[in-house]
Amino acid sequence: MGTNKRIAVLSGKGGTGKTLISVNLAAADGNGYYVDCDVEEPNGHLYFKPQICEEKAVLVLIPKVNYELCTGCKDCVNFCKFNALAFGKKVILFKEICHSCGGCALVCSDKAITETEKTVGIVNIGISENVKTVGGMMNTGEASGIPIIKKILEYIKDKSGYIFIDCPPGSACIVMESIKDADYCILVAEPTIFGAHNLAMVYELVRLFDKPCGVVLNKCTDGHNPSEEFCREKGIEILVKIPFDKELGELNSNGKIAVREDYKNKELFYSLLNKVKEAVE
Amino acid sequence: MKQLLILSGKGGTGKTTVAGAFIKLNNAKAYADCDVDAPNLHLITRHKDMPIKKDYYGLPKAHIETNSCMGCGLCQTNCRFGAISYNDGYFVEGNACEGCGVCELVCPAHAVSLKKAVAGELFLYKDDSVFSTAKLKMGSGTSGKLVTEVKKQLIENAKEVDLAIIDGSPGIGCPVIASLSGVDMALIVAEPSVSGISDMERIIKTARYFGTEIAVCVNKYDTNLVNTERIEVFCANNDIVYVGRIPYDSAAVVAINSGKSIVEFDCPGGNAVKAVYARVIEIMQKKGDL
Amino acid sequence: MRIALPVNDKDIKSEICPSFGRTPYFLIYDTAEKSSVFLDNLAAQSAGGAGIKAAQMLIDHCVKIIIAPRYGENAAKVLIDGDIKVYKNIAGTAEENIKAYENNQLDILADIHPGFHNHGNK
Repeated sequence: MGTNKRIAVLSGKGGTGKTLISVNLAAADGNGYYVDCDVEEPNGHLYFKPQICEEKAVLVLIPKVNYELCTGCKDCVNFCKFNALAFGKKVILFKEICHSCGGCALVCSDKAITETEKTVGIVNIGISENVKTVGGMMNTGEASGIPIIKKILEYIKDKSGYIFIDCPPGSACIVMESIKDADYCILVAEPTIFGAHNLAMVYELVRLFDKPCGVVLNKCTDGHNPSEEFCREKGIEILVKIPFDKELGELNSNGKIAVREDYKNKELFYSLLNKVKEAVE
Repeated sequence: MKQLLILSGKGGTGKTTVAGAFIKLNNAKAYADCDVDAPNLHLITRHKDMPIKKDYYGLPKAHIETNSCMGCGLCQTNCRFGAISYNDGYFVEGNACEGCGVCELVCPAHAVSLKKAVAGELFLYKDDSVFSTAKLKMGSGTSGKLVTEVKKQLIENAKEVDLAIIDGSPGIGCPVIASLSGVDMALIVAEPSVSGISDMERIIKTARYFGTEIAVCVNKYDTNLVNTERIEVFCANNDIVYVGRIPYDSAAVVAINSGKSIVEFDCPGGNAVKAVYARVIEIMQKKGDL
Repeated sequence: MRIALPVNDKDIKSEICPSFGRTPYFLIYDTAEKSSVFLDNLAAQSAGGAGIKAAQMLIDHCVKIIIAPRYGENAAKVLIDGDIKVYKNIAGTAEENIKAYENNQLDILADIHPGFHNHGNK
């Protein structure tokens, strides 16, 4: 049973630098985990290019109809809240719409419905230098990434060391799932009113879950920074202000991990890492 | 009404900045923000009146009537989503509840029922122009349907308008697919980074699947010229119309922060956006949309 | 025999709605009685599976023929299983389309689209 510290990195919108931060912190730490919970648009593997050691299938249960026992009462069709079942001359199941609630099997009085497993995606575990990477992929057509994220989080539960969780953008249920058991949250924000607006949204989410947090102001330019103003107003700790830097941008756009390259300002990631570790201990 | 949708695949490529610019250049009388998870367009559009608000109901959520509850815990045992917890009585965690109705089905005391739950709010601005937008409530999961409501609200209130400009959602999932419905042209704003290219390819695949006319432009192209060229070559090899490139321009930040569009300033970024706009309109005219 | 058409308004002179699953109403016309009934399309409220629910509703109302501009593959599965035939509408009102059907002027709707569900998500 390992002891770990889970650091979730999130932002209200995409493109602010969540992956930049989580990838570089994981690389700076060097011994822990990089976890990519953005299962719709995973990007972390483009930086780490990990050697994949293990792949686990993510399974859900879906109904299976025994047509010999079915009397065509349509109780299952009428029960399903998701319209995953229909009846023309026989019961038809729409697997991709099914939410795996098990209700149809319970409601069938003919005992004609049993449950069978279906793969909805995979979780892959890899390694890049000494950083362990965990990521997931949803299968085409699947409605929700939550089963994949749940499997990812289950995998890291008993691991040791620092775990950096790259969260999906936004504040929908899939983000909530990713930060539920975090020890600390890093909020990444841009210096525009869009950035401040989205920072406010995601700050509300973090407060709802009562998580300690700090902000990274990214792509800072001279002049007024509405996101900084928001932090000062609310008394949120500003962990670091990363200036807009063409060199960092170029490294990042080429899928390079700044702390592993010859980047002049890589120190900022190491000091950010120390600040976060201090906050969490 | 013809619909021009601005998409990106990846977040942060400049979709809303471009959409805002197009709205200004077109003097658009109808536009919408389909990014219901993190709507931003309203921050750079100016309307004098307050919007008309309407509650949006997503899937109903389970509710346990504590007075009728026997405490048997069957609801919790049968819930596949971990949505039922116990703390001096059983209760439903709204955010985890998927509205499947199994708890209601198994409860021997009839203490559980599914109740209408507000999952977001729709906003309609209607003065010189019609602007439809919405905000999904934190933790909700039915954004595709809310996007459909945003578009429906727009179409119903701007029937006589020729061209509507729609700021789409990032990603490639349900909300994007809902925004693609009925669209005449989708402009993809791509970013010249490895993740930007990866996500651009996926959004193109999605848009093509629905037979939508596509065009691509590259934003912040000077942050990586090699990747920009990669995108241009990709378009040429895959028969995708390429409508131009926009440089990174710090004027964009200044513009946005003062609630304006980049095309209201005389700057390289603004001029490049104007050229992309002209190209897109030209294509739509040739197609017979305008 | 009952024919269903997706319509924008509760009026036999209404235009045909471009969507099947999310049409606001269905007109159900009985060819024997020469009568019309309008159903509120409850499927339009669904987050997902709208085409499936709409198709099921029409089957439950004993509809045998549908006249529509398009429908998705999920709705198609249900309608095929229920032996419902779908014809492609012509431009014009619901009334004009019913007349065209009775005069054998309509073609079977062959082009089924992939649906507006989560296809394309990788």
